[in-house]
Amino acid sequence: MQSAAPVLSDLELDALTELVNLGVSRAAVSLREMVGEQVLLSVPNLALVSSARAVEILKEREDRNLVAVHQAFEGDIAGRAMLIFPETKSLELVRAVTGGELPLEDIIELEQEALAETGNIILNSCLATIANLLKRSLKMSLPEILRGQGTDFFALSPISEADDVVMFLYIDFAVRQRDIRGYIAMLMDMPSLATLKDLLGEFIERTVGTTG
Amino acid sequence: MSLTVLIVDDSKLARMSVIRALRSLCPGWSHLEAANADEALAQMQKNKVDLALLDFNMPGRDGLALAAELRAMDATLPLAVVSANHQEEIVRRATDMGAVFLEKPITEKLLAGFLSSVAESPKPAAP
Repeated sequence: MQSAAPVLSDLELDALTELVNLGVSRAAVSLREMVGEQVLLSVPNLALVSSARAVEILKEREDRNLVAVHQAFEGDIAGRAMLIFPETKSLELVRAVTGGELPLEDIIELEQEALAETGNIILNSCLATIANLLKRSLKMSLPEILRGQGTDFFALSPISEADDVVMFLYIDFAVRQRDIRGYIAMLMDMPSLATLKDLLGEFIERTVGTTG
Repeated sequence: MSLTVLIVDDSKLARMSVIRALRSLCPGWSHLEAANADEALAQMQKNKVDLALLDFNMPGRDGLALAAELRAMDATLPLAVVSANHQEEIVRRATDMGAVFLEKPITEKLLAGFLSSVAESPKPAAP
């Protein structure tokens, strides 16, 4: 695996983590509105790894079947954002966002639509915050529901053809009082990372002035 | 009056951002930095701190846990808990502890509001 360490400086990695933290924090506020319970977030984990390693990380954390709401984004930077959770938790999430009053058959019928809408709100909230802070616009695709294992999700490439290094970022979330947990993951390919480096430089300068 | 502000955030950039705003608003004030709760407590033990800004989402103990520990050390220390995660449970727990909740990213205007509320509040009694 090619080392990706020099791609971003420590301060740029810090800035990227903070950007995502801001984005996910606002997304958590949106999710909290939808489920009516506090949403707990972990500290973001950000790694520059091969896509194979990204799959390993997902498998190490969860080897059961997964459901993901997937949205691609493009603009000055491009990549994919996913809201991922164990398949066994998906109905509970749907139950939470639909108010918990629907019978099971209705919940099952609504599952696909409710997952897509939930993912759409959370991922858009997160990506829009990042785009605004970077002062760039990002075009988001419609949400798509994926089922399978981490390997299946990451096989969606166009990502990382050149050197197979991706930015992989994940954050755990859980809904207090309910058995709902999952991750928000984001992948970005190397050409986007080069642009991202420039955008982060501008963001750092706007935030703290020149650092030199 | 020159005060010392303790800035606690695991993000160096976030700390730099607060320092920049602080320098602009209160050029004569000094600041201390900490990247986590343990470092913050060490700074408190070594230095006189007049007010503190605590990031909520940090590795290890979060900003609310740290706020409780700082409260136990100094019941009158003005505290702000800082986060983009403004879920009502978090805001309420901060305010229940007598801390101000400030939404990230911290702007000069937001910080000025917190600093002026500190300046207007009665000076804490000396121990």
